[in-house]
Amino acid sequence: MSDHEYTPSSKFGKWFNDRLPLLTLANHLTDYPTPKNLNYWWTFGGILTFCLITQIVTGLVLAMHYIAHADMAFSSVEHIMRDVNYGWLLRYVHANGASMFFLAVYIHIFRSLFYGSYKSPREIIWILGIIIYLLMMAAAFMGYVLPWGQMSFWGATVITNLFSAIPLVGESITTWLWGGYSVDNPTLTRFFTLHYLIPFLILGLVVLHIWALHVPGNNNPVGIDIKKPSKDTVPFHPYIVIKDAFALLMFCIVFAMFVFYQPNILGHADNYIEADPLVTPAHIVPEWYLLPFYAILRSVPDKLMGVVAMLSAILILAALPWLDTSKVRSAVFRPLFRQFYWILVADVLILGYVGAMPAEGLYLLIARVATAYYFAHFLIILPILGWKEKTTPLPLSITEPVLGGSPNLAAARSDERIEKTIK
Amino acid sequence: MMSDQKDEKKTERRDFLLTATAAAGVVGVSAAVWPLIDQMNPDASVKALASTEVDVSSMQPGQSLTVLWRGKPVFIKRRTEDEIKQARKVNINDLKHPEKDEDRAKNPEWLVMLGICTHLGCVPLTDKGDYDGWFCPCHGSHYDTSGRIRKGPAPTNMEIPKYEFVNTNTIKIG
Amino acid sequence: MSKLKNIFFVLIFSIIALNSSNSAEKSPAFLETKWTFKGLFGKFDRASLQRGYQVYTEVCASCHSMKYLTYRNLAETGGPEFSQAEAKAIAASFEVTDGPNSTGEMFVRPAKLSDKFVMPYANEQEAKAANGGAYPPDMSVLVKARKGGADYIYSLLLGYSEPPEGVELDDGVYYNKYMYGNKIKMPAPLSDDLVEYTDGTKATAEQMSKDVTNFLMWSAEPHLEQRHKTGFRVIAYLIILTVLVYFTMKKIWSRVESKV
Repeated sequence: MSDHEYTPSSKFGKWFNDRLPLLTLANHLTDYPTPKNLNYWWTFGGILTFCLITQIVTGLVLAMHYIAHADMAFSSVEHIMRDVNYGWLLRYVHANGASMFFLAVYIHIFRSLFYGSYKSPREIIWILGIIIYLLMMAAAFMGYVLPWGQMSFWGATVITNLFSAIPLVGESITTWLWGGYSVDNPTLTRFFTLHYLIPFLILGLVVLHIWALHVPGNNNPVGIDIKKPSKDTVPFHPYIVIKDAFALLMFCIVFAMFVFYQPNILGHADNYIEADPLVTPAHIVPEWYLLPFYAILRSVPDKLMGVVAMLSAILILAALPWLDTSKVRSAVFRPLFRQFYWILVADVLILGYVGAMPAEGLYLLIARVATAYYFAHFLIILPILGWKEKTTPLPLSITEPVLGGSPNLAAARSDERIEKTIK
Repeated sequence: MMSDQKDEKKTERRDFLLTATAAAGVVGVSAAVWPLIDQMNPDASVKALASTEVDVSSMQPGQSLTVLWRGKPVFIKRRTEDEIKQARKVNINDLKHPEKDEDRAKNPEWLVMLGICTHLGCVPLTDKGDYDGWFCPCHGSHYDTSGRIRKGPAPTNMEIPKYEFVNTNTIKIG
Repeated sequence: MSKLKNIFFVLIFSIIALNSSNSAEKSPAFLETKWTFKGLFGKFDRASLQRGYQVYTEVCASCHSMKYLTYRNLAETGGPEFSQAEAKAIAASFEVTDGPNSTGEMFVRPAKLSDKFVMPYANEQEAKAANGGAYPPDMSVLVKARKGGADYIYSLLLGYSEPPEGVELDDGVYYNKYMYGNKIKMPAPLSDDLVEYTDGTKATAEQMSKDVTNFLMWSAEPHLEQRHKTGFRVIAYLIILTVLVYFTMKKIWSRVESKV
């Protein structure tokens, strides 16, 4: 953090700033010293902020036309798609925006996992991030219910039934969630209310997330502590701003390709059939971003334990800063960890894949192995690696490797290059 | 940074690049904002309902009818000879909002106008007020038999919407 | 490290390959035809949409509703683009119940442009009762509601045949090789020369299937043309801005000794 006192130059500015130090805040954000070796994986924080704002703004205008009633929700969505000026655009941006949001958050999370950004002193940032991620899942799930198509209805039925796994009170909780004896109009209206609320909670948590980030400052690809400000840092504006803008635009191109040319490819055809409580679709699958957890849920044969496993899979991440016992942050200097990292990435992708497949035969077997490995990674491999692994020597400052070529992910992957630079 | 003259040219070029980038960015953001604004304008289904046809075959002279058009009341009055005479003998120079009755009612027997007081949007009462036309109960505006403002706070005459006789029995408003 | 990555990709690809061969067994490949609405600048074939409407209204509409369409849509840009007068005449050929009138009675009048497409049945129950218990689905968004979209609908319309050996069919059930489970309650709806096209096109079953599928694609995605047009502009703009920002970024970062 920049330590120097900031004084506005104008008299009015000073008067205002003494009463509400907004200018000090703006000055802090502009000057905020950022490691100059951040690679493009670090741009996803800004991209995620963009995603959140896009979702809030498009959601706000969609809510002006949407009707949260079981008899009218589906047709109000069709009304948006057909009659409302630019309604089709707003809805497709919102629907695909959810997917883009998750794509970005997964990259953000896996970046943190690779470079050890969750480690001391950044545990609180990490835990806030996990809470944001949980809220995102809740918001996305409830949002998917709102069009009141077949997948909306049956997805809501299946997910709310998870709560019935709780011993003794499970049934009452489910009934309470529904506001009836099945998913129906009361469920829809409360989901709409919560879907509207949660993004603002996320926004609040994002402020805390960034606040907590600005206390120790950014981690960096080398993962060592740096002096701030120093020759290792650049001010946030204009350096990081322009770089984030560049990455954001690339992201927007991909986003636009989905919205304008494949707007329904990430959804399910069944959701264009209006909800029918008498007919379950042949194959119920959640949205792609929830598939790994869905696979974990189904891989456990017991109802309660399945739910417990699924929840633990997320909550275990909150304990990660203490499960990973290694003092070295960046995977660049942890040859063994790096291998296990990529196995974990593969493991999660496999879980996602089998989550979309029917839970039988070979798929079920794969799901079970992958689930077991997922937990083993966090509970066994990481703690042991911490004291068994021989890490490669750390540089004294980030300038050292920077001079020999920027340590981006490509460089990080090729061990030789990095080792050469360090020598 | 160095600050000799060679650098000055460089700075110029960078400024041009920065300006171009910023301008392109501003254009894009404004274009992106338009759908967010336009979505609040009347949508295609609302616009499709923009005209209403009214059957007036059963109306006798002196009777009036109020119909809903675009969510607003429209007064249709079949005027009596007396009322027409009264409306046409007024010296338009005495009016607050000078308009000839001939211009307001092409077919003198029929007066079709928006039933909304031009003061603050209340609906005036028919056959009331000092001029035997309309009277707005909200703030006491008096309209004559041509729907022109004669007394009270309203600034203008009641508005005549676009309408036409499809045939002798049917008026199409809008 | 690179060995590991290779193993990882081989694994992923083999799973995908495994799956695609699996799904190929379940449903046969769709019939192929050229759709003008696909691609970067995809547009609807106007004449085909107009013929498709004719097929819908003369054949499908006796059982299938299209409740999200209004008659004005027929004249809107990006659709069949009938003229206002034609669309009005089409609307007027249908009767809708309106009311109550000033005496409190419901009355029947010719449809107007602002009216929704008239439905063949009053409600789902009536539709089921009239069709041996099967509900003929509403077709407004049907193309988007089926995996495979337009290709599926087109194939299904042409996919009727005698059941293969060993397949028993109940009364009122037909064999269709593209239908989920191969059993369908709709008899083959189209046969050569079932309708007489007003524009003189020969009404083969293929032609009618294609036209009506085009029409259904438009009804499911009425703003497709505008979407493609806007999309091209947006992406072109984004690419230009990205290039500008890239050079600006290079310029700014040239002040520090670091790569971006």
